[in-house]
Amino acid sequence: MDAIWIILTGTLVALCCGLLGSFLVLRQMAMVGDAISHAVLPGIVIAFLLAESRDSLPMLIGAAAVGVLVTVLIEWLHRVGRMQADASIGISYTTLFAIGIILISYFTRQVDLDQDCVLYGEIAYVPLDTWILSNGTSLGPRAVWILGGALLLILTFIGMGYKGLQLTTFDASYAATLGISTVFWHYALMSTVSLATVVSFESVGAILVVAFLIVPPATAYLLTDRLPVMLGLSALFGFLSAVLGYGLAVATNGSVAGAMAVAAGFWFILALGIHFIKKRLHAFPARRKLPESYI
Amino acid sequence: MNSLLEFLSLSDPNVRMVVWGTTLLGASAGLVGVFTLLRKRALLGDAVAHSILPGVCLAFLVGHSKAPYVLLLGALVAGWLSLLSIDFLVRRTKLKADSVIGLVLSVFFGLGIWLLTSIQQSGVASQSGLDKFLFGKAASITSQDVSMFGWVVLAVVVILLLFYKGFKVLAFDEDYARAIGMPVRLLEFLLSTITVLSIAVGIQAVGVVLMASLLIAPAAAARFWTDRLSVMLLLAVGMGILAAWAGAFISFTAPSMPTGPWIVLALAALTVFSMLWAPRRGVLGRWLRQWRYARKIALENVKCIEDLVPTGRLDLKRRICRHRRKIRLFK
Repeated sequence: MDAIWIILTGTLVALCCGLLGSFLVLRQMAMVGDAISHAVLPGIVIAFLLAESRDSLPMLIGAAAVGVLVTVLIEWLHRVGRMQADASIGISYTTLFAIGIILISYFTRQVDLDQDCVLYGEIAYVPLDTWILSNGTSLGPRAVWILGGALLLILTFIGMGYKGLQLTTFDASYAATLGISTVFWHYALMSTVSLATVVSFESVGAILVVAFLIVPPATAYLLTDRLPVMLGLSALFGFLSAVLGYGLAVATNGSVAGAMAVAAGFWFILALGIHFIKKRLHAFPARRKLPESYI
Repeated sequence: MNSLLEFLSLSDPNVRMVVWGTTLLGASAGLVGVFTLLRKRALLGDAVAHSILPGVCLAFLVGHSKAPYVLLLGALVAGWLSLLSIDFLVRRTKLKADSVIGLVLSVFFGLGIWLLTSIQQSGVASQSGLDKFLFGKAASITSQDVSMFGWVVLAVVVILLLFYKGFKVLAFDEDYARAIGMPVRLLEFLLSTITVLSIAVGIQAVGVVLMASLLIAPAAAARFWTDRLSVMLLLAVGMGILAAWAGAFISFTAPSMPTGPWIVLALAALTVFSMLWAPRRGVLGRWLRQWRYARKIALENVKCIEDLVPTGRLDLKRRICRHRRKIRLFK
């Protein structure tokens, strides 16, 4: 039963991250996803100090707000400060992460979070933290419910905003001439990514979040040029990574989150092979006889 | 004030190690960071820093020892592999650089975590402390570490001095370097080697995420002050060292405070300061110039209109005078 819960948690994280990550990869903002996933740390710590619990709603919202803050900071350094784009990403998230660590070591008694756990999480403990109703019936792990809710929200967001997201992703200037606000969709996407990061963070850690945000979408992107197919494929690869990763972790007695990232890498290498074979076939089509008239 | 003097005298041997260690790290990271920044690959340092972990674990498994040189060798190989795979994927697939960097970073790091936890579960004795390599602990820098950092700085400086001209051309115009027949591959190899080397030794002191900042921030801050590579290198080193001392001082006065994160905050403060106050490229300087220019144009416009006014229209002249005074006062 625990295995099913863990795989389910991993899959939910993979779906949340993979769907949003597809847009990040297409917008060439993959590293912004990495930045958000590190930068939510101070938000989580502060929310933890204020709300004094791990997964209350204010904590989630507060932490997600810091995730959006880092994207504002990146934009600000880049536009107003005229800093190189990659340097502004690097500086903003390391600074926020450092603030998070300082807060943890300052409030070390009040905060029951440790640095290792934050970075690579412990998905294996997910089944232990169950949601028990007042009449004693257990509804299964709390993380599954939170992640399920987040997935529902993300699906609604993508479903309702599909057109806007698609247009601003592929042709921002065309979208602007149609009167679609690129800024609105940028921040809408960033807030959703931030939310997905925060809800996935505690159970699986920053690394798996980054892995699931980037690797399955990149794998899907190698195999297709169509957005709906890419979304579907990255969800599929996310699920496959969760299953294979769990198997790997059980077989070797290692970290589940780490093994799931490795599994995602495995599917990527497989897709890379297919990609190269396809390219080869394309480059050298079967030799055809020239028509008589050419000779 | 007293504690500052006590800190600066470096009488406490522990403090001395921390200060010298982080100073040397700040110097090597600053030097190397300038080139990664100028080549628009600032986040590559982040990727390499994460990718080193599986190398360290494998080196431990194969070498059965925790000697710094064994782990360093593993770290170098893994860092190198990550750079090669990033290069390969960017060149041969349609994936963009940012996705590739994120991909390699997370998969390598995931692999490292997986190996690390497997080793910890396997009950191999003496594995404890391997995870220090990941999060870093500046307070536990030993004299052996300091001498290693010293050698790394020396190696970086010597290589930079020997190939300075080549690196300079490579940093600003790679195609040109290729066109005039410079050994671009060799230069890239050397540059990546010193990058991986400085990152690999630095991680033990400040940790993975914070190493990225040590690499990016001094260079980004120095870039605001100058357009000359040599000045930028010196400034980056200076800022790296200044931040190292600031971080060490803060954790000296408040022992519960970790050194690494405070170094990062000091670097961030230096960067924002440079961004605002640097005379030519800074934000405030730019605003001042724009404002002066706008004022000059406004005054010139008034002058043009004044010349058009026929003699005798004193009422118009008076209005123009009033307008000019308004510009002088408020604009």
